[in-house]
Amino acid sequence: MKGIYLDHASSMPVDPRVLEFAQPYLRKSCGNPSSLHSVGLKAKRALEEARGKVAGLINAEEPESIIFTSGATEANNLAIKGTALRNANKGKKVVASAIEHISVLNPMKELQKGGFQFNLVPVDYTGIVDMGQLREIISGDTVLTSIVLANNEIGTIEPIREIAEVVHERGLYLHCDATAAAGRIPINVQASGIDLLTLSSNDFYGPQGTGALYIRPKVRVQPILPGGGQERGLRSGTENIFAIAGMGEAARIAQTEMGEESKRLKRMRDKLISEILKIEEAYLTGHPTERLPHHASFRFSRIEGESILLNMDMRHKIQVATGSACSSKTLEPSHVLLAIGLKHEEAHGSMVITLGRSNKAEEVPIIVDAVQETVERLRRMSAL
Amino acid sequence: MAQIGYSKKVLDHFMSPRNVGTIQNADGYGKVGNPVCGDLMEMFIKVKDDIITDIKFKTFGCGSAIATSSMVTEMVKGMSIDKAMKVTRNDVADELDGLPPQKMHCSNLAADALHEAIKDYRRRQAKGDQVPTPEVGE
Repeated sequence: MKGIYLDHASSMPVDPRVLEFAQPYLRKSCGNPSSLHSVGLKAKRALEEARGKVAGLINAEEPESIIFTSGATEANNLAIKGTALRNANKGKKVVASAIEHISVLNPMKELQKGGFQFNLVPVDYTGIVDMGQLREIISGDTVLTSIVLANNEIGTIEPIREIAEVVHERGLYLHCDATAAAGRIPINVQASGIDLLTLSSNDFYGPQGTGALYIRPKVRVQPILPGGGQERGLRSGTENIFAIAGMGEAARIAQTEMGEESKRLKRMRDKLISEILKIEEAYLTGHPTERLPHHASFRFSRIEGESILLNMDMRHKIQVATGSACSSKTLEPSHVLLAIGLKHEEAHGSMVITLGRSNKAEEVPIIVDAVQETVERLRRMSAL
Repeated sequence: MAQIGYSKKVLDHFMSPRNVGTIQNADGYGKVGNPVCGDLMEMFIKVKDDIITDIKFKTFGCGSAIATSSMVTEMVKGMSIDKAMKVTRNDVADELDGLPPQKMHCSNLAADALHEAIKDYRRRQAKGDQVPTPEVGE
C-alpha cells in the first residue's frame, strides 16, 4: 500500500525541478560569492538571481530587501532581536500575537529578560487577532509587532493589511512570519504594509535549512550573527549557494503555479472538511473560510492526538500532525490551541492535515475512511 | 518505522491491545490520570482465591498510555493479587523493552491503575459487602 503524506507543514519533498536547477552548484565547482575570480562571480550571480526570484514571490521593492538565512527560525530571530535592539532608542516594547511560532515568542522572551516590555495580543476562537486589543496594546514605544501571516496549526489567515494600519498608526514596525503562507497564498509586502517578513524555503518545496528575511528599505536592523559581513552585513557566513539557488527556483515555481494549485487543493480540503465533520463530536479548529487553501485541522473529543497520529500512520500509512501534548517535547498541549480557547482535554485531541502537490483528489475518500476508523477504534478503548 | 522512539513491543500493544473493555460486576475497579493531562485509565479485575482471573482496561491517552495498559493486563492475568501489587511502573516499561524518557512519568500509569483496582477489591472484601461497579465513562 502506498502511503499518503498529509504533513506538508512539517516538511516537504524538494521539487525535482528545483533539485535539477540547483544541483550544478553542488556537483560542479560551487564557488564562494565573496571570491573575485570567475568561479566566485558565477556563485555571486546565482545568489543574486535567487534573491530576485524570492523578492518576486512577495513583491519586495528590490532584490536587496531579501537576506538569506538558515531558515525561518533564524529569520524570525534576526527580525525580532535585530530590529528591537537596533531601534531600542525609539522604544523598548515588543508585541506578538498569542499564536506565533515559538521561534518568534522565545526571542521576544529573551528581549524581555534584557529589559524590554513584551505583550501578547489575544486571538478569537477562530484564531483571528483581536483588533481592539491590538489597538490597546500597541503604544508609541512599541518598536516591533510580530503577527503571523497564517498560522501553521490552525490555518487561519490574519487580516494583515488592517493589522499593518494599526501597527503603523500607533507603533513602529510590523514583522510577519509567512512560513506557512508563502507559496500558498499571494503575498504583497508593499501593498500590505509589511516591514519585515520571514520565509522558509522548504515550505514551498525548496531545500531545507534555508530561509530568508525580507527587510523593507530604510528599516534598520542589526545582525545577530556578526562575522565576515555577508548579506549586507546582516547575516555573516559563506552562503549556501546550492540551497539558496534552490530556494530561488522554488519561489519562481510557486509564484507561477500557486493560482491553479491552490484552487485544486482548496477543493480537496473543502471535501475533507465537510466529510470529516460528519464524524460525531468532530470539530474544525481555526477559521472556516479565512484559512490556507491546503490546510484542514480538527479536534475530536475523547481521544488523544498522538494515538490518532500513530493509528493513521501504522494502520493506514497516512501521515498527519497533532498539537497534542504527548507529541511535544515539553508535554504541554499546543499554545495555539489553548490561545483559541480550547481546554487542555480538547487540545489533546487535535489532528492537522496539510495537503501538497503529491496529493490527489481520489485520495479524499481513503483519508476520510481512515480518519473514521481511527476515531472509532480509539473511542472504543477510551476511558472517556 | 519507529515512531517517537517507541519499541516494537509498544507499537504491537498499541496496534493490537490485549484485554480492552470493561467487566460487568468487577471485583475491583481502579481509575487514575486526568483528561486535562491527556491520560486517563480504568482497570477492571475479577479475583478468585486471591488470583486475578480476568482483567480489562479502557484508556484515553497516547500510544504509550494504551500500550502500558495492555501490557500490564497481560502481565498480571493469573497472578496473585499480592504479587500484582508489587508490579511497578518500571516493570511494565521493561516488559515493553523500554519507553521514551519523556513518557516514563505521564503515560506510564497502568501499574497505578492496577494497584487502585486491587485496593478497591480489598476494601470491598474488608467491608464484606457489594460495592456496585462505577458507571463506565463516568
